[in-house]
Amino acid sequence: MTFPSPDSTPPRPSTPEARAFPTISLGLPSTAATRQGPARRMPSIEGSVLADRIYRLALLFFALCVPALLLLIFIEVGRAGWPALHEFGFRFLTSSTWDPVKGDFGAAPAIVGTLLTSFIALVIATPLALGAAIFLSEFSPSWLRQPVSFFIDLLAAVPSVVYGLWAVFFLLPLMRTGVMPFLRDTLHLGATPFFSGPAYGPSVLSAGMILAIMILPYIAAVSREVLLAVPRAQREAALALGATRWEAITGAVIPYARTGILGGVILGLGRALGETMAVTMVIGNRHEISASLFAPGYTMASLIANEFSEATTDIHISALMAVGFVLFVITLVVNGIARWMVSRMGAEVHA
Amino acid sequence: MTSAASDHGAFSSPRARGLLRRRVVSVIMIVLTCVAAALAVVPLVVILAYLFKQGASALSFGFFTHMPKPVGEVGGGMANAILGTLILIGLAAAFGLPIGIGAGLYLAEHRGTRLANLVRFLADVLNGLPSIVMGIFAWQFLVKPFGHFSALAGGAALGAMMIPLVSRTTEEMVRTVPQALREAALALGYPRWRTSLQIVLRTALGGIVTGVLVAVARVAGETAPLLFTAFGNSFWSTNLRQPIAALPLQIFTYAISPYDDWHAQAWAGALVLIGLVLVISVTARFVTRARHGGGHG
Repeated sequence: MTFPSPDSTPPRPSTPEARAFPTISLGLPSTAATRQGPARRMPSIEGSVLADRIYRLALLFFALCVPALLLLIFIEVGRAGWPALHEFGFRFLTSSTWDPVKGDFGAAPAIVGTLLTSFIALVIATPLALGAAIFLSEFSPSWLRQPVSFFIDLLAAVPSVVYGLWAVFFLLPLMRTGVMPFLRDTLHLGATPFFSGPAYGPSVLSAGMILAIMILPYIAAVSREVLLAVPRAQREAALALGATRWEAITGAVIPYARTGILGGVILGLGRALGETMAVTMVIGNRHEISASLFAPGYTMASLIANEFSEATTDIHISALMAVGFVLFVITLVVNGIARWMVSRMGAEVHA
Repeated sequence: MTSAASDHGAFSSPRARGLLRRRVVSVIMIVLTCVAAALAVVPLVVILAYLFKQGASALSFGFFTHMPKPVGEVGGGMANAILGTLILIGLAAAFGLPIGIGAGLYLAEHRGTRLANLVRFLADVLNGLPSIVMGIFAWQFLVKPFGHFSALAGGAALGAMMIPLVSRTTEEMVRTVPQALREAALALGYPRWRTSLQIVLRTALGGIVTGVLVAVARVAGETAPLLFTAFGNSFWSTNLRQPIAALPLQIFTYAISPYDDWHAQAWAGALVLIGLVLVISVTARFVTRARHGGGHG
């Protein structure tokens, strides 16, 4: 196959005169003499066809690196976690025992902790992010829109470890002396098992709070893009029918953008599930399931971050790899759903 | 707050009351969205203010030039960690940029094909991969077989995290290059590869640089992928096959330590790190604006 495939044969010059055309772009006078000069330096048609094929193959190679990398991660992490998954079986997902000394591992507290902290984060962040997005897309004066959007984008660029540092020295004391006593005593929620017990600071609730602060900008940014993608006519039609501005939003704009907003929320969920450093610094790192949100806990990511460098036995490392594999699969599913939903809206998302 | 509904205000009283209620609800909800926007911005203000307060008092010239001191000795700096972070960013760019830009070019030039759609979707999935999973993967793949932690493994892990962001921005930017420009180059006898690299890529360069900077800003602060790859190092090291210090790692270690002096160092480190990230982000915005302002660039 030395001939190019059909899709790679655009109008390509074949006569020497035509090949010499680039001389015009060089600003040279197009006399016969000068046309011959550069023409000789041009590669032959066969040469450029070959170069094109190499170029196309190189691009294809780079593009295939993406699926290859993902597949490699899946296989390598799965293979490393297989001994633990194989030995403990389904019990790995349901047991609360995590005993590196005896070599008995169950990841239930970390899985529950991951889901619980992410849920808390979503409950706190979604209404605020949605409100902010509606404000930015519908009501904000134009001079305010740019700076606030920039601020929210900036919040997404703050490194996770800096959030963690701030949380350790600012959020935890605030939770210990302010928020937790307020919830427990002032609001009398201490009577329920969920807000009872001593308020130390490091806890599932604190982890949920810092996660909420971290995912808020993602949800707000995606929702804003999706809301801006709703056609103006949609709003105008609702207003013309006599709706108030708020009714136009709830009745005409949000239903139109619903899938995309939900996708943004799920994208935020994906971030929260995999977030490591900030959570590791505030969750308290205890391998136990407790009903109280004031109790310390663990997430899958923080479990790995904490124990991986200390793990000495093969089965311990394998158990941590298996935790990573479970986390990978969960975020894979969550992100897949989110991307599909957002892409159905046709909005461009760079979160 | 004027809407078409306001003209009906003089109707019979139950209807007017209903209208009033609806408009009051509308105003309340609009105010609530303002409050939500304010609340969304408050954490950033609090975090940045606190960071500057704590960091500025701990930051000194020696922080940039000195090595970390042992526990108990006051002072010292993070010169090795700053250098380490710069080296890691360089390695990440060396690993991630060719693949990211190449994949982006492929996606832009083969739009709509099944493979391009698949690659785009998987790039998005890769973008959402928890960084800690990337960390244990890099350990399994690049540390365990060689028997030691290394800067190379850390750089590769960060580079892999750059790929999805860079490829998506490259694709978006290449798409904005007018088709006529491509056709003109081809008509002049340019081979496809030269058209793509010299005409299309060059035209889209401003936007691609922005995307690259955003990706760099993101991985510069990443900690989790480095925990078990670059690992950290309390000594001066530029050996790529040895563990290397990094700002985020150092901040993490110092933050969870029990020593006040180390806490102060962590704040100073955080201020330097966020300064680095902000400078890169703002440069990215500046590049974008310059490109848009200059028309065709």
